[in-house]
Amino acid sequence: MKFSEQWLREWVNPNIGSQELMDQITMAGLEVDGFEPVAGEFSGVVVGEVQSVEPHPDADKLRVCQVSDGEQTVQVVCGAPNVRPGLKVPFAVVGAVLPGNFKIKKAKLRGQPSEGMLCSESELALSENHDGLMELPEDAPVGQEMADYLKLNDITIDVDLTPNRSDCLSIKGIAREVGVLNSLVVTEPVIEPVEAVHSEVPDIRVEAPAGCPRYLGRVLRNVNLKAETPLWMQEKLRRSGIRSIDAAVDVTNYVMLELGQPMHAFDRDEISGGIIVRMAKPAEKLVLLDGQEVELTEDTLVIADHEKPIAIAGVMGGEHSGVSEKTRDLVLESAYFEPITLAGKARHYGLHTDASHRFERGVDYKLARDAMERATELLMNIVGGEPGEIVEVASDEHLPADRTIDLREQRLADVLGMAIDRTTVEEILTRLGLHIDKLLKDGWRVSVPSFRPDITIEEDLIEEVGRIFGYNNLPVTEPTGSLGLVAREEAKRPVSAIRNYFVAEGYQEAVTYSFVDPKVQKLVDPERDGIALANPISADLSVMRTTLWSGLLKTVAYNQNRQQPRIRLFETGLRFEQDGERIDQQPMLAGVVVGGQYPENWANGRRTADFFDVKGELEGLFRLLGIEVQFVASQHPALHPGQTAELMRDGEHVGWLGTLHPQVQKNLELNGTILMFELFLNSIVTGYVPNFKEISKFPEVRRDLAIIIGSDVAFADVERVARKHAGERLTALRAFDVYEGESLGEGNRSLALSLFWQHPERTLNEDEVHSLFNGVIDALKEELGATLRS
Amino acid sequence: MENLEQLVQDGLSAVESADSLQALDQIRVEYLGKKGVITQQAKTLGKLSPEERPAAGQKINEAKGQVEQAINARRTDLEKAAIEAKLASESIDVTLPGRGQDLGGLHPVTRTLQRIEEIFSRAGYSVEQGPEIEDDYHNFEALNIPGHHPARAMHDTFYFNPGTLLRTHTSPVQIRTMEAGKPPFRMICPGRVYRCDSDMTHTPMFHQVEGLLVEKNVSFADLKSTVEEFLRVFFERDLEVRFRPSYFPFTEPSAEVDIEWGREADGSIKWLEVMGCGMVHPKVFEYCGIDAEEYRGFAFGLGVERLAMLRYGVNDLRMFFENDLRFLRQFR
Repeated sequence: MKFSEQWLREWVNPNIGSQELMDQITMAGLEVDGFEPVAGEFSGVVVGEVQSVEPHPDADKLRVCQVSDGEQTVQVVCGAPNVRPGLKVPFAVVGAVLPGNFKIKKAKLRGQPSEGMLCSESELALSENHDGLMELPEDAPVGQEMADYLKLNDITIDVDLTPNRSDCLSIKGIAREVGVLNSLVVTEPVIEPVEAVHSEVPDIRVEAPAGCPRYLGRVLRNVNLKAETPLWMQEKLRRSGIRSIDAAVDVTNYVMLELGQPMHAFDRDEISGGIIVRMAKPAEKLVLLDGQEVELTEDTLVIADHEKPIAIAGVMGGEHSGVSEKTRDLVLESAYFEPITLAGKARHYGLHTDASHRFERGVDYKLARDAMERATELLMNIVGGEPGEIVEVASDEHLPADRTIDLREQRLADVLGMAIDRTTVEEILTRLGLHIDKLLKDGWRVSVPSFRPDITIEEDLIEEVGRIFGYNNLPVTEPTGSLGLVAREEAKRPVSAIRNYFVAEGYQEAVTYSFVDPKVQKLVDPERDGIALANPISADLSVMRTTLWSGLLKTVAYNQNRQQPRIRLFETGLRFEQDGERIDQQPMLAGVVVGGQYPENWANGRRTADFFDVKGELEGLFRLLGIEVQFVASQHPALHPGQTAELMRDGEHVGWLGTLHPQVQKNLELNGTILMFELFLNSIVTGYVPNFKEISKFPEVRRDLAIIIGSDVAFADVERVARKHAGERLTALRAFDVYEGESLGEGNRSLALSLFWQHPERTLNEDEVHSLFNGVIDALKEELGATLRS
Repeated sequence: MENLEQLVQDGLSAVESADSLQALDQIRVEYLGKKGVITQQAKTLGKLSPEERPAAGQKINEAKGQVEQAINARRTDLEKAAIEAKLASESIDVTLPGRGQDLGGLHPVTRTLQRIEEIFSRAGYSVEQGPEIEDDYHNFEALNIPGHHPARAMHDTFYFNPGTLLRTHTSPVQIRTMEAGKPPFRMICPGRVYRCDSDMTHTPMFHQVEGLLVEKNVSFADLKSTVEEFLRVFFERDLEVRFRPSYFPFTEPSAEVDIEWGREADGSIKWLEVMGCGMVHPKVFEYCGIDAEEYRGFAFGLGVERLAMLRYGVNDLRMFFENDLRFLRQFR
């Protein structure tokens, strides 16, 4: 809501400066978004009168004029098409300075001397309008400073109102607030009923009283719509961000700004039969004032005549029934449209109008008649005409009920944290326009005025009192309450511990969008469809991720394009999957690694990170979490078929580790070997609580062996067989060498293992270790076809 | 006996010139060993009279002692020199960088979130999580934002279908927590939220922290202290905080919180909006089955990126989600 400070001060004029005024209303909850002067900064511009206009001898488009500044008459060369003798215009005399520090000097234009300049609105930074000279009324006093004449010492204040404060979408509402804040009486214009001079009344039928509980119409005959809106009204509108159109539109806009009641004027001759307020019929069409044709939906409240819709109620009028210069007789509309009926309708048609903005938020349901009288009076002052009686169709049943609310003194103190003096409370409520019906034993019975639809419960009143009293005048106290201890599962590690682990392992945490490019998604997770947004912000952010890899790989690309060869990233967050009716939202942990395993320096070498580097890091994580995870050779459509491990914990799938499939990598235009992992966080965060075991005092025995075995036999199988036969006293088994070479023959590799045994209660003797060791060797030979390496 | 003195002199000068431990040992054998020249002198004692023998024996022992002492001293010197030589040969350039993994870092949003979580957990707030794909009921309806409510226009909502959406704030977690438990409550809920808006100062995804405290006796004054203290603890500064009346459908009274952030040209405080807050609306309690006459509560919500930008001086919101390593590395 934009308004002129001067206009506000006509209603209520506190003895404070503009800035303080703005601070005050901001702190009352009407946030001032900004302000700007109503005109550019200029000096030396006066009301001038064009005495005569002659053609320029050497230029077709220029005219040589004699202009009076009230004291003398000088020659001015002017190119504006609307310059004519007798015209009063803003005249920048020699020595004037126009906005932008543009100085007016004596000049010659095509040989003709020119002393000064006649100005358009844009040249004074009053508006963008530079179609021609700004035309001043005939009664403008020649010689008066323009700044004084137009009272330009004013600012436009822009208030960003919250949707509950529809009452402040008018000068009247803001003045009321300023009055309360400064304990001042607000001066309202006196609104008197306009007496009818003829008996013609509009035929009004309201068929949808729930959407339109009140509708007022009045005929105004024989108007002269060629009459110009007075400058003072044009200026008030302009300073409130509304362009002057014609007298009828200007007056309805003026009343809307002044009182908060949106109105409309129809050309009576274009209304066939009478006015019907009803819901739209299927496929009905209407050409709106802005020229667009819309097909109405049945849930749209319309104003119609006996043949067709002529306006979308509370949103915009139709072009056909709109007023024009030729209009002789008007029908004025002033109505209360119910907010829920209108909610979203303007938006549905791609519109947002000053009227819809107000009606959706709730207009004062008792204002329509006052507004009608005010508009009639203002309009007749400009366009003349003969008013008829007002016809009012109202449905008490559908109008909002008048409300009374009890406010308890104790509740007020409890919620605000402070008892506020009774008289202060009463003064605040009264000045806000609330009426104290009755003093109760423990508080007040308050009736809520029709302009405050937002006040419906006791808390609303508490807020009003708190707000006007000032939140910053309320005390500051520490909350008290129970301080019970909170249960904490020891075996469960917080996600922060996991994050810190990866940070220590050289990973940078990323946070990527939860919605991703479906093309990337298809590449990294072709078997699952991401849930699609109905209204994505763009095509490349249109489906929900089914894996965190989609975002991380895009981040790799982004950084590789910025000369970052070594990238180690991890992310935690939800992934989304449709699971029948349900949407499964699982917290994941994922990472990508590409480039050197270690930062390049003299001691680290330049080794590129490989599968086993990342596997080692994950194993470290699992040790941190206290869990056992198996890496099982497997297949994943996005991963290298020979370098993919499915991660299993107690037989349950917990994630993947692998190298990005070279084809996918190529399609994503990524460089290097990219290692990736993704784990279900909930499946890995719970480990165990340590349980002490006695430390053996007896020596540990180590035996090493080297076998040659088929390369297709997994180490995991070797380990399984060896452990099976090594007996219960085996304490550790390690592979300390893996070798593949021609000397071993095609398809073979050599594995060197060390086995450790220890007994908790005695020293193991040579014979039993020897027999276990041989048992392991025999089993490896028999079950896996291994041979001992000599 | 002059011979003995001569032998000592010779021995001492031999020790003096010994340049290695081996050479020194040879000298020891040569002079003091079983067949050493000084040891051999003892044999001459037999030729002396019994009266002379003790004095002569003592002289020989003194001579032995003298040489032995010199040998020990020399040995210590030589050993020290040897250690020094070894150490000298082992010296390295300690200014070369170390070996091993580089340190990664947390994303600045996580860093900020963890800080906020830590501040509130110490005051007994639990940290709650909720779904990001929400239903209309929890995101709007139960927060007193019915279908036709103009406040819905303030939330540019991403929809999947008319009843399913991406949460526009973390407030639904309030509802879910209150539905699932019994008052009192003291919780915060950090997380991702989504609005269908993208320009210089808006990203379609960002993070919020929602806080909720429900007790039998809690007031707006308590809310003020919680918010003020949080902001001062977070920014580690004694900054000015002000509460400006505002509107949220789920709180009443509602306020927006501004902090002092520099000065205007005229010396007045430059205010910056950082949070929203208010007393839990009775309607919200009603939806959650809590008696608003028995319990009262306050709630607050803040934008994490906004606080991170102020705290770390980041000037472009969009950088948080570009994940440029050169940006991320600045926060480790």
